[in-house]
Amino acid sequence: MLDSLLTQLEKQHLIAAFALVGAAMYVSYLVSDKLTKGRVHGSAIAIMVGLALAYVGGIYTGGSKGLADISLFAGLGLMGGGMLRDLAIIATAYGVRFQEIRQAGISGILALFLGVIVSFIAGVAIAYAFGYRDPANLTTIGAGTVTYIVGPIAGASIGASSEVIALSIAAGLFKSILVMVLTPIAARHIGLDNPRSAMIFGGLMGTTSGVAAGLAATDPKLVPYGAMTATFYTGLGALLAPSLLYFCVRALF
Amino acid sequence: MVIYGVALLAGCMLFGLWAGDVLGMLLGVESNVGGVGIAMLLLIFLGGYLIDKKKMPPSTESGITFWNGMYIPIVVAMAASQNVAAAIDGGLIALLAALVAVGASFALVPALTRLGQPKPSPEAPVDETPVNQVASRATDDTRSKTTSRSHHAR
Repeated sequence: MLDSLLTQLEKQHLIAAFALVGAAMYVSYLVSDKLTKGRVHGSAIAIMVGLALAYVGGIYTGGSKGLADISLFAGLGLMGGGMLRDLAIIATAYGVRFQEIRQAGISGILALFLGVIVSFIAGVAIAYAFGYRDPANLTTIGAGTVTYIVGPIAGASIGASSEVIALSIAAGLFKSILVMVLTPIAARHIGLDNPRSAMIFGGLMGTTSGVAAGLAATDPKLVPYGAMTATFYTGLGALLAPSLLYFCVRALF
Repeated sequence: MVIYGVALLAGCMLFGLWAGDVLGMLLGVESNVGGVGIAMLLLIFLGGYLIDKKKMPPSTESGITFWNGMYIPIVVAMAASQNVAAAIDGGLIALLAALVAVGASFALVPALTRLGQPKPSPEAPVDETPVNQVASRATDDTRSKTTSRSHHAR
């Protein structure tokens, strides 16, 4: 009998994921309410629970999709995958007034460029401090710190080793996780409470998943603004890292 | 009808992602450039136009607001399917690089938010110029520099 229940859960994986996430969110909001008296937002707890489960899943299966690699929870991969995530992000834009976007326009674009460059420099500096000297390797780690998508793109096009590319992906993953966890904590100190700063924040951070989750846990009303600029970041990084930024690194080292 | 809202949303997404791919190809980048952002802008314009024309009854709207409401649960599912184990395998270099990048980016948010802000008072732009110049050169040193300078003055 238990077997047939498990078979059903595996077969109806997306529906099982809806039920599982719903239950996880209920428990998280309960914890937020009772244990932290609402000081830590329920969605922030839910996201941290998700990350912890992803770690357990990754250790257990050795796969790359966290808990979604366990066949019982495969639906999580579909529910949290790029397709539905993008659909939900786009849906948050409904009802946003274009005026607010235009006002932050120039600062948003500046934030995009600064964000890519600052993250890149941070990655290169740390890699240099740990003894990397080869320009291709330095650039790849810097690019991975931009986002975990830019790292492999840059690494592949300038010929970095697969070990360094893996490291660059890890840096990007950490960045995304840190943004998810730290944004609700830092929000008050950096004035992240209006559409304008949210757009700048999205442009500076760039990791779509990090920004999406971090803003959701801070104030869901800010999500469309941050997500809007963040979605240009990876493209800009993929444009700059293997070209302009690589030439700069090669000229310096 | 609910499906009209969902279809509008889906259409915006498909067009936006396609435009992002084309933009990426034109720029010679192996990635989608702002596809989701373009889709969002499209939804803002089309949605706004249809609301003005009174062509968005509540049932149609609910096709979009449902997905809007599913956003946080989807993000939780996304968090649960991240490769957290690989990030931790990457070790100290990966963690430190990410930490420095995130810290510096956080520190830049207030500086950029002030930049080009509609003037709160007539003196504000004069006050802001030196801050902006420092901020564009250095990242999180801004605050420590200004404080050390004021200590000096005292």
